[in-house]
Amino acid sequence: MKSEGSNSRGNSYCLSGSLQTVLGWRYIPVIVATLVLIPVGTVMLSFLSPTGEIWQHLVETTLSRLLLNSFWLALGVATSSAVLGVSLAWFTAVYDFPGRKIFSWGLLLPLAFPAYVLAFVTLGLFDFTGPVQTSLRSWFGTEPFWFPNIRSRMGVIIVMTLAFYPYVYLLARNAFLTQGKRSLEAAQSLGLNSAQGFFKVALPMARPWIASGVMLVLMETLADFGTVAVFNYDTFTTAIYKAWFSMFSLSAASQLASLLIIIIFVLIVIEQKFRSRIRYAETKQSSRMAPIILTGWKSWAVAGFASATLFFAFLLPITQLFIWAIDSFAEEFNQRYLGFLWHSLTLSGLSALLICVISILMIYSVRRHPDMVSRMAVRIATIGYALPGVVLAVGIYIPLAWVDSWFSQMAMQLFSIETGFLFQGTFVVMLIAYMTRFMAVGYNPIDSAMQRVTFNIDEASMGLGVSGWGMLQKIHLPILKGGIFTAATLVFVDVMKEMPITLMTRPFGWDTLSVRIFEMTSEGEWEQAALPAVVLVLTGLIPIIMLTRQAEK
Amino acid sequence: MLRIYFGRFLGVIFICFASFSANFSYAEQVVVYSARIEKLIKPMFDSFTKETGISVKFVTDKAGVLLAKLRAEGKYTPADMLITTDAGNLWEAVQVGLLAPVESRKLEINIPSYLRDPQRKWFGLSVRARTIVYNTDKVNPAELSTYEDLANSKWQGRICLRTSKKVYNQSLVAMMIAEHGKEKTEQIISGWVANLATDPLSNDTKAMEFVAAGKCDVTIVNSYYYGRLIEKTPNLPLAIFWPNQDGSGVHVNISGAGIIKNTKSKKSAVMLLEFLSSKKAQKLFTDINMEYPVNPKVSPDSIVAEWGGFKQNRMNVVKAGELQIEAVKLMDRVGYR
Amino acid sequence: MDTLLLEVAKISQSYSKKTVVNNLSFGLNKGAIGCLLGPSGCGKTTVLRCIAGFEPIVGGEVLLNGVKVSSSNFSLQPEKRHIGMVFQDYALFPHLTVISNIIFGLHYMSRTERSERAAEMLEIVGLKDVANNYPHELSGGQQQRVALARALAPKPDLLLLDEPFSNLDVNLRERLSLEVREILKNQGTTAILVTHDQNEAFAIADEIGVMQNGEIMQWDSAYNLYHRPTSRFVANFVGQGVFLSGKILDSSHVEIELGVLEAGISNQHASDKLFGEGCNVDVLIRPDDIVHDDKSSLKAKVLHKAFRGAEILYTLRLPKGSTALSLVPSHHNHAIGEDIGVKLEVDHVVAFGQITQ
Repeated sequence: MKSEGSNSRGNSYCLSGSLQTVLGWRYIPVIVATLVLIPVGTVMLSFLSPTGEIWQHLVETTLSRLLLNSFWLALGVATSSAVLGVSLAWFTAVYDFPGRKIFSWGLLLPLAFPAYVLAFVTLGLFDFTGPVQTSLRSWFGTEPFWFPNIRSRMGVIIVMTLAFYPYVYLLARNAFLTQGKRSLEAAQSLGLNSAQGFFKVALPMARPWIASGVMLVLMETLADFGTVAVFNYDTFTTAIYKAWFSMFSLSAASQLASLLIIIIFVLIVIEQKFRSRIRYAETKQSSRMAPIILTGWKSWAVAGFASATLFFAFLLPITQLFIWAIDSFAEEFNQRYLGFLWHSLTLSGLSALLICVISILMIYSVRRHPDMVSRMAVRIATIGYALPGVVLAVGIYIPLAWVDSWFSQMAMQLFSIETGFLFQGTFVVMLIAYMTRFMAVGYNPIDSAMQRVTFNIDEASMGLGVSGWGMLQKIHLPILKGGIFTAATLVFVDVMKEMPITLMTRPFGWDTLSVRIFEMTSEGEWEQAALPAVVLVLTGLIPIIMLTRQAEK
Repeated sequence: MLRIYFGRFLGVIFICFASFSANFSYAEQVVVYSARIEKLIKPMFDSFTKETGISVKFVTDKAGVLLAKLRAEGKYTPADMLITTDAGNLWEAVQVGLLAPVESRKLEINIPSYLRDPQRKWFGLSVRARTIVYNTDKVNPAELSTYEDLANSKWQGRICLRTSKKVYNQSLVAMMIAEHGKEKTEQIISGWVANLATDPLSNDTKAMEFVAAGKCDVTIVNSYYYGRLIEKTPNLPLAIFWPNQDGSGVHVNISGAGIIKNTKSKKSAVMLLEFLSSKKAQKLFTDINMEYPVNPKVSPDSIVAEWGGFKQNRMNVVKAGELQIEAVKLMDRVGYR
Repeated sequence: MDTLLLEVAKISQSYSKKTVVNNLSFGLNKGAIGCLLGPSGCGKTTVLRCIAGFEPIVGGEVLLNGVKVSSSNFSLQPEKRHIGMVFQDYALFPHLTVISNIIFGLHYMSRTERSERAAEMLEIVGLKDVANNYPHELSGGQQQRVALARALAPKPDLLLLDEPFSNLDVNLRERLSLEVREILKNQGTTAILVTHDQNEAFAIADEIGVMQNGEIMQWDSAYNLYHRPTSRFVANFVGQGVFLSGKILDSSHVEIELGVLEAGISNQHASDKLFGEGCNVDVLIRPDDIVHDDKSSLKAKVLHKAFRGAEILYTLRLPKGSTALSLVPSHHNHAIGEDIGVKLEVDHVVAFGQITQ
C-alpha cells in the first residue's frame, strides 16, 4: 500500500509537470488551431461525398465566369484598398493639412458600415432609379449616356474598397506612426526626397502591417456574399450559395468553400515565406515625428482627397440611412431595440476580449517557440476568416450538434434524464464560433505590433529577471497596446456586423442588430433595414472613436 | 467505485448545464424553425398562444441553413415545426427525411390539395402569386398575355427580371418545365434573357422601380411586393396583370410548414399547424403581408382584393421542389443570372 | 588650403516659444572635425539637425561651401545638401541587408560603381563578412560601423554624427572613436560630432564648441578648453578641478592660500573692473596643478582617494580648510587621513572674478 501511495505521488508530480507543459505557451496555438480545424475540417470532409453532377454542371456552365469574376474582384479590391488605405494613412500620419486631425479618425468610420449596407445604400443612390440619376434625367430630359453603370464590376469594386480600405488604413497608419521619423531622415540624409523616402523606406518597413490589412481585405472580399448579391455580381461564393440553397447540396457548397480556404492558405504561406528573415523593428524606438506642413495646392489636394473618401464611404451613406430610418422609425422602433443593442454589445465586447487574449497568448508562444508546428498552427488558427460566414457556421454547427446529441444520449442511458441540447444556444458556443471566424482579425494587428518588439528587449528584460508573465505584463503589453486596441476594435465591429454565425447559433429569441437587418433585407426591404443599420453603425463608432483617441495619445 | 464517481461527476455536470440550458423546460410549448421573418409570423404565434396557452419559441434563418441545422441535430432536435417561404425547401426537407406526415381533417378542409404535399408532410399556409407588373404609361394591357409571351421579340429590350438566384424564379421556371418540358422552357427563358433591358436585379421591388422609372416596361414579381410598393408610393405608373388566364393560370408558390419527424410534442405542433390554416390566422397572413390566404373561406385583404380575382395554376406546388435543380441548371445554361 | 566649408551664423531655433538655440555661430574648415560638447538638453543635437536641414531655423543662416542652405524663410531640402548623418540610434533600415543599407545612398551611381563603392566601404569598416546580414543580426558595434559606412558611402561634403557612441559600452566606445577619427581623416571628411562625453570629443575632434543653454560658450581646441577655459561653465564642464579664492596682487601675480601664483592677466580681463588690483578672484586649480612632494613643507590631509591605475586621484583638505584635487603617480600610496606634502605647479592661471552678492 505504501509503495503504491508514493508511486501515485510520483505520478502526480509527473502530472503537474506535464500539465504545465500542456498548458504552457507551446501548445496554445495548437489548441486554437484544433478548435478552428474542427469546423474547417467539417467543411473539408465534404470531399468524401460524391457531388459529381453539380460540379459537372458548374464546370459546363458558370464556373469559369465566376472564377474570373472573383479574380478580378479580389485583385481590384485588394489593390485599390491598398492604394487608398496606405496613401491616406501616409498623409494623415506624416503631413499636416487642413482637417488632418478630423480625417485621422474620421477615415476609420466606414469600418462601422457592413459592406452589404454600404452596397444597398450606394445602389439606392446611384442606380437608375436612385435620386442622382433621376434628377439627371429630369434635367437633361434623356438618359445621361455618360453616367457609369453602377451595377457593374467597377461598381462592386468601388463599394467594397470604400467598405474595406479602413483595414489597410488602420494598420498602415499604425505602422507609419510607430515607425517614427528617423528612418525617413536617414533616407533624406542619403539624398532621397520624402516621396522617394516613402517608397524606399516607409513603405517597405510597414510591409507586415500593410500585408495584414490587405490579407484581411482579400479574405473579406473572397468570402463576401451580401455585397455581391446586392449588385447581382456573380462570384465564387455565388456558386457556393447556389449549390447549397438552390441545388440542395451542402456537400458541393462545402467543397467549393474548401477550395477557397486552400487558395487563401497558399497566399498566406507565400507571404510569410517571403519575409521570413527580415525584421521590421527599428533598432530603437525613436520619438514621434512632427508632421510635415503642407502648403498651397498640395494641402488642398490632400484635404480634398481625404474629404472625397470620407464623403462617399461614410457621410453620404449615413445621411441616406438616416433619412430612410426616419421614414420607418415609427413603424419599426420599439423598446426591443434596447435588447438588440445589448445583445450586440455583449457579444462583440466579449468576443473582442477573448480573441485579443488568445491572440496575445498565441503570438507569445510562437515567439518563444518559433518552430514549424507553432507557425503552422497559427496559420491554421487564422484561416476561418477566409470562409463565407454561413459555410463556417454550418461547419461549427454540425460537430456541435453531434456533441450535444452524444451528451443527450449518454444522459438518457445513464440517468434517464432528458437534457435536451446543452451547448447549443449557449453563450460559450457563440463566443467560440466567433473566435474561429475572427481569429485573423485579432491576431494580425497584434502580430504586426509585435514586430516592433526586438528580441533585445526580451533579452534585456530577462536579464533583469523579468520573464514569462512578468515580461508580457511589463514589457510587451505597453508596447503592444496600440496593436491590441486595433485588434479589439476590428473584432468588435466585425462581430457586430456578423450575420450567419449569429443567426445559426443564437439562443431562442436572442436577436441582435445584425439579425434585425437580416430580417428586413431578406424580404428585400432595404429601407426598413435602415433603422437597425443606423443603430449598428452608430454603436460601431464607439470603439472606433475610442481607438483613435487612444492612438492620438 | 470509479465508475460511480465518474457517473456522479457527469450527473452534476448534466444538471448544471441543464439548469442553464434554454431548452430545458416543462412548460407546454412548440419550437419553430422559421424562414419567414419574425414580422410576418410572430402575430400568428401570439394569437395561437392567446387561444391555447401553448407558447411558441422560434428562430429565423435562411431555409437552407435551417435544413442543415435540423439534419445536424437529428434525433435530439429541439424543433417541432419548420416554416419556409417556398415549396422547394419543404420538398427538400421531405427528401432528406426531416418531416413527418400529418393526418388532419382540418388541414385537408382548410387547404386545397394542390397547395399541400401529396404525402401529407407539408402544408401551404399562404399563396404567393408571381405575376406580371407593367408600366401603365408605356404598355397597353392588351399587349400582355402570358409568361411565355414575354419571350416574344416584341418585348426586345423591354423587360426587367429579378435574379435567377431567388427561389421564386426557380419555382416559376420549375413549374414551366413541368408544364412545357425542358426544351420548350429553355427556349422561353432564353427569350426572356434576350429581351432584358438591363442586367437582372437583386429584388422584386428594385425590378418594379426600374419599370416605373422607364428603364423597362414589364417585370415578373410576387404580388405582395407590388402591394407594399404601391402602399408606400401610390402614384407610380404601375399595374398588375394576371397572365395565362386562358391557359393554366397564374404561377403560385406557397409559404408553408411541416412537422419535424423527431418532434417531442407533435400534438401541440399539429394544433399550431391547424391554427395557422384556420380563418383567424389566415386573415393575419393576408392582412400583414398582402399574401393570398390558402383557406378558400377567407377573403384577401381589401387592397389585394382590388387587384381582382384570377385563376391560379392548379398544378401541385410539389413540382416546384421536384424540378428546382432542373430549373437552376436550365437558367445557368441560358445565361440567366 | 583652409577653406571654410560650413558657416553657422547667428542661428536661433525655438520650440513653442522656448528658445533652444540662441544666436549661435561657428565655422568649420574643410577637412576639420568639429564637435559640439555639452550636457544633455543644451541644444547641441538641435544645431546638428538645423545644419542637416531637418529643422527650420527662426533666425540667422547656415552656409555650406559659401551657399546659403538655411535661413529664417528658406530651407534647402535635406536631401539636396549633400550632408551625411550618423544617428544616435543608427537608424539602419531593418528591412535591408548591410550591403543594401550601404548602397542605399548611392542611387546616383551606376550599378557597378555602386557595388565597388559599397565593397570599399565594407573593407574600410571591416564588415565584409556580414555584408548580407540584416541589421538585427549584428552587434551594437557592428551596427555603428554600418551606420558610418552608409553615411560615408556617398562621399558627403559634411558628415554629422549625433552621439554616435552613446549606445556602446565604454571599451568599445574608446576604440571605435579612435577608429572613426582615422577613417574620417583618411577620407578627408569634414565632420561635426555631437556628444556629452568629453573623452569622445577629445579623441575625435580637432576643435570643440562647449554648449550651454543653446549657446556656444567657447569654441577652441581641446587643450585650450582644458587649460584656458573662458567661463566657469567650461572650466567646470571640461575636466576636473576646484576653485580656490585668491586676490590679485598686480597685473602678473595672484595670491591664493597655497601661495602666490605668477600669471599674466590677459588683456581681455585687464579692462574688467573685477580684475583690478586687490580684487578677489576664484582661481581654477586642476588636479595636475597640485603635485605631490614628500619634501614640501605644505601639507594637506587625504580625505578621499580614487585609484586610477597609473595614478591616484586624491581629494585633499588644505590647511585653511578648502578642498582640492591632486593627481599623483600611483606608487605614492597614502592612507586616508594621512597628511602628505604637496606643492603648486601652475602653468596657466585661470581666474574668474568673484560675483559680489
